[in-house]
Amino acid sequence: MEKRIIGQVKRVNGPVIEVMGITDAEMFELVRVGEENLIGELIKLETDSAVVQVYEDTTGIAPYDPVYGEGMQLSVELGPGLVGTIYDGIQRPLEAIRDLSDIYIQRGITVPSLNREKKWHFVPAVKAGDQVSGGMVLGTVQETENVLHKILVPPRDNGMLESIVAEGDYTVEEVIAVLKTDDTHKKNLFLMHRWPIRMQRPTRQRLPLDIPLITGQRVIDTLFPVAKGGTVSIPGGFGTGKTMTQQAVAKWCDADMIVYIGCGERGNEITDVLTEFPQLIDPRSGRSLMERTILIANVSNMPVSAREASIYTGITLAEYFRDQGYHVAVMADSTSRWAEALRELSGRMEEMPAEEGFPAYLPTKIAEFYERAGRMETLNGESGSVTIIGAVSPPGGDFSEPVTQHTKRFIRCFWALDRHLANARHYPAISWLESYSEYLSDMSTWWEREISAQWLTDRTEIMELLHREVRLQQVVKLVGPDALPDTQRFILEVCNLFKNAFLQQNAYDKIDMYSTVQKQVRMLHVIVAYWQRGSEAIKNGATLVKLKKMKVYQDIIKMKFSIPNDNLDGFDKLEARLERAMDQLEALHA
Amino acid sequence: MPDIIKNRRLLSGREYIGVDKIDGPLIFARKTHPVGYRELIECVDQHGHVRMGIVLESSTQVVVVQVFEGTSGLTLPGTRIRFAGEPLTLGVSREMLGRVFNGLGHPIDGGPRQRSDLELNVNGLAINPTARQYPRDFIQTGISVIDGMNTLIRGQKLPVFSGNGLPHNELAAQIARQAKIRGSDTEFAVVFAAMGVKHDVARFFIRSFEESGVLDNVALFLSLADDPSIERLITPRTALTLAEHLAFNEDMHVLVIMTDMTNYCESLREISTIRGEIPSRKGYPGYLYSDLAELYERSGMIKERKGSITSLPILTMPNDDISHPIPDLSGYITEGQIVFEREMDGRGIYPPVAGLPSLSRLMKDGIGEGMTREDHPHLASQLFAAYSYVKDVRNLASVIGEEELTPLDHDYLEFGKKFEQQFVSQGQEEERTIEQTLDLGWEVLRSLPVEELHRITEEEIEKYYGS
Ligand SMILES: Nc1ncnc2c1ncn2[C@@H]1O[C@H](COP(=O)(O)OP(=O)(O)OP(=O)(O)O)[C@@H](O)[C@H]1O
Ligand SMILES: [Mg+2]
Repeated sequence: MEKRIIGQVKRVNGPVIEVMGITDAEMFELVRVGEENLIGELIKLETDSAVVQVYEDTTGIAPYDPVYGEGMQLSVELGPGLVGTIYDGIQRPLEAIRDLSDIYIQRGITVPSLNREKKWHFVPAVKAGDQVSGGMVLGTVQETENVLHKILVPPRDNGMLESIVAEGDYTVEEVIAVLKTDDTHKKNLFLMHRWPIRMQRPTRQRLPLDIPLITGQRVIDTLFPVAKGGTVSIPGGFGTGKTMTQQAVAKWCDADMIVYIGCGERGNEITDVLTEFPQLIDPRSGRSLMERTILIANVSNMPVSAREASIYTGITLAEYFRDQGYHVAVMADSTSRWAEALRELSGRMEEMPAEEGFPAYLPTKIAEFYERAGRMETLNGESGSVTIIGAVSPPGGDFSEPVTQHTKRFIRCFWALDRHLANARHYPAISWLESYSEYLSDMSTWWEREISAQWLTDRTEIMELLHREVRLQQVVKLVGPDALPDTQRFILEVCNLFKNAFLQQNAYDKIDMYSTVQKQVRMLHVIVAYWQRGSEAIKNGATLVKLKKMKVYQDIIKMKFSIPNDNLDGFDKLEARLERAMDQLEALHA
Repeated sequence: MPDIIKNRRLLSGREYIGVDKIDGPLIFARKTHPVGYRELIECVDQHGHVRMGIVLESSTQVVVVQVFEGTSGLTLPGTRIRFAGEPLTLGVSREMLGRVFNGLGHPIDGGPRQRSDLELNVNGLAINPTARQYPRDFIQTGISVIDGMNTLIRGQKLPVFSGNGLPHNELAAQIARQAKIRGSDTEFAVVFAAMGVKHDVARFFIRSFEESGVLDNVALFLSLADDPSIERLITPRTALTLAEHLAFNEDMHVLVIMTDMTNYCESLREISTIRGEIPSRKGYPGYLYSDLAELYERSGMIKERKGSITSLPILTMPNDDISHPIPDLSGYITEGQIVFEREMDGRGIYPPVAGLPSLSRLMKDGIGEGMTREDHPHLASQLFAAYSYVKDVRNLASVIGEEELTPLDHDYLEFGKKFEQQFVSQGQEEERTIEQTLDLGWEVLRSLPVEELHRITEEEIEKYYGS
């Protein structure tokens, strides 16, 4: 194919290249730069000049090097073969790259995102002569044992199916159907189609966010739950547990598909996911977790412009699975690196900075990103969702900085990580005072209907205690604990118990790493029962020391490790023991 | 059109006499042939001395060059520049061990220029995450607070966040001396990069390597306080390029010590300011994170390769402030940090490692049964939890007085004292096995009543805590 030259390099400044002598070019067009065909995207267009951001290291690029246009926008390939794959920020498959370029990622390598040779078993769902429209299901491919990949009509196409292939094995490049879009135009359809990453995929309408995304993490599900289709921000200084929390959610949440975006973070963390996920079993499907995961990796020393793109690549893949009627959860670690990439590129383009050097359009970009989350009625009438969980890495751990602040405006669930908790190795270090979830009231009906009528009352009770504890601690800090009456000191004790026994959850423990909602509800109830019976006992004259020395206290602290998810009988016994112990204590003081 | 590119190759090597502007370490030249971004240049002063530099920006109008050896003494008409047509490379070989180089990799020990097996781009390339091997081998440093609580893993990047005048050099030297992997005999090497530190620091390390008889396995790259500050920007890259060669081509286990990263970052700020870039925090450029990542991310392990790069960058926190951009951004990239506390140093505790802010993120997979000892994970977690409570009790005591504390809180104070004085504190020559470290941990935990040990299982209590 003849290469189309659209201009020549005028100036190279890191990943940003100014191009002169522009003839014909399109905004956001995919371009190639120089002899080595480095991949770039046209991000600013003027009469005869343009700015291109290059997704690979620009070492060696010089003025007058040619810039070629590809005639399409930066897009992702959507079709069978996505699941279980690891891509870089612009959807190049890293495993295939490794086969070509050894341990380091060389420049200028072109590998198709989806395997071109592999044949997929396609089962058609429509027939020739059918009228079809964008988003409709043409047929299915069983991609992995638990992912049924629905082949969709590309969102903007409509018409009459002139032909469709019979059930059989096809590659992503073989024509599977011919669509007659009007009297004179025809379009070939394939198992895959392309979609520009910066454009939201269309849906019919937004649906209410009233179903929780169950994560198996107690502090999240019980205190600050997120809805399927919701948006969460996890801010925290370095080492406070953003990545661990996101990985735990990616492992145990009840989404159908996970898109994990490592955006400007560590290479080893990606390797960790790559080695661990295939070995972990999804408790819902009984299959390996990798079979529902797609990884996007732009690690911190990969080109910064591809970091900017990685977020969009990830979210577009997520939307594609949502359009098939699935619930998708996107982890973006870390959105701060993406914002910093924006800042760096903007700086190199010599744009006017706003706060802390970030461009003035930062809030708009953040809003646009989180807007792509939601529970939707898809074009084919099904419902699917994209939940976005974005980490934020505030400089100095200070939440007043621009990225945290702007993000807060566009999300509805906030899991604030606390340095003091992390230092004390209280994990997950999610602060129960600073965090919030605005989904709670919309979802309580679901909890009451599906899980337990008791849940909301227990939760309210414990939250109230946690807030009372803060005030009491202030007194203690001034005058010491002895100044408080036992009734109040007992509140401190119960809060302490709740933190140790319930909120802390060890991601490395085989039993504790996730808790089913049923287990969470039981655990919460045991603690609330201890509080209620205990306060009674104190009113009747029992002492704090006696309450704490009860053997059952130790059993409660260790219940998270001792009672497994799949056998909750332990709670019946524990509750009975608690009742007995309290009865005995009361009898003493009766 | 590609003719232009061919021409460019031919033109490289052509010499230009005179430059248009000199500003700090930067040279601006107009009317050159098209020059590639990050291309290597040689710059010859009027006395014929050659200095090296790289292209920071290239346009049809002007080329901006950063000169590593500094620009002092250069004149506008008298400076000649040559473009190499390729990026800066380092010729590497195993024989570089036992030698001393400047930041660009030129020998400064009086010996001959090294024979090289391979020319490598000093900027390195990103390792494909699918090629990495997740690090899990425990390195015994013989230092309790590290082995027990912040375990170092082979292939990890674990910086020391220190302050001026604190014993970070002593600790780094002690680690380099004592680090061992049990039951392993692969060859090891140390690559040492000094950026802007004083002569006596370099001498201290050399002596320490000499005394432990490992100097032949050490390559030193020195860009000291009186060398041009700009040379510091290339020093760690040169050092890491050799480290990568030794680790991934020569199967060696390489420990990279880089000191002081703060000086490195300051040089970066200097360049950025001269170029008039929009700063982010405290005048540091917005790309400081990415730039540091280019260095730190070069450590690790690779599948199907025997060697490894473990790196131990040292940085001094300006004003002992851990939220300063240099430690802060480092902490966001590295796999944990060893944090020094001036107050502990003041109380004579060596190493003055702060218990709570220190962290090793990779320890989870390298400790426990079959690696260190089964009780290690829970013991470490319990020590952290208890020590964190000690800090609360001490705060409380400072307000209400020690007498007012509960008996339990007194136990905690006792634990805190023992923990710092017996567990953390040790001699610079003292080497403890992991068993000694863990036993010591149990020893100090015994100051606390058994009901307080929430993070430890019944069995462990029975076996190690005793009754
Ligand atoms: N739920 C948990 N269970 C056990 N350990 C945890 C948990 N959460 C965090 N940790 C510990 O904290 C360390 C740091 O966590 P993590 O890597 O998630 O931090 P981060 O916030 O992502 O930091 P950074 O911003 O630097 O990437 C982990 O290596 C682990 O030791
Ligand atoms: Mg992280």
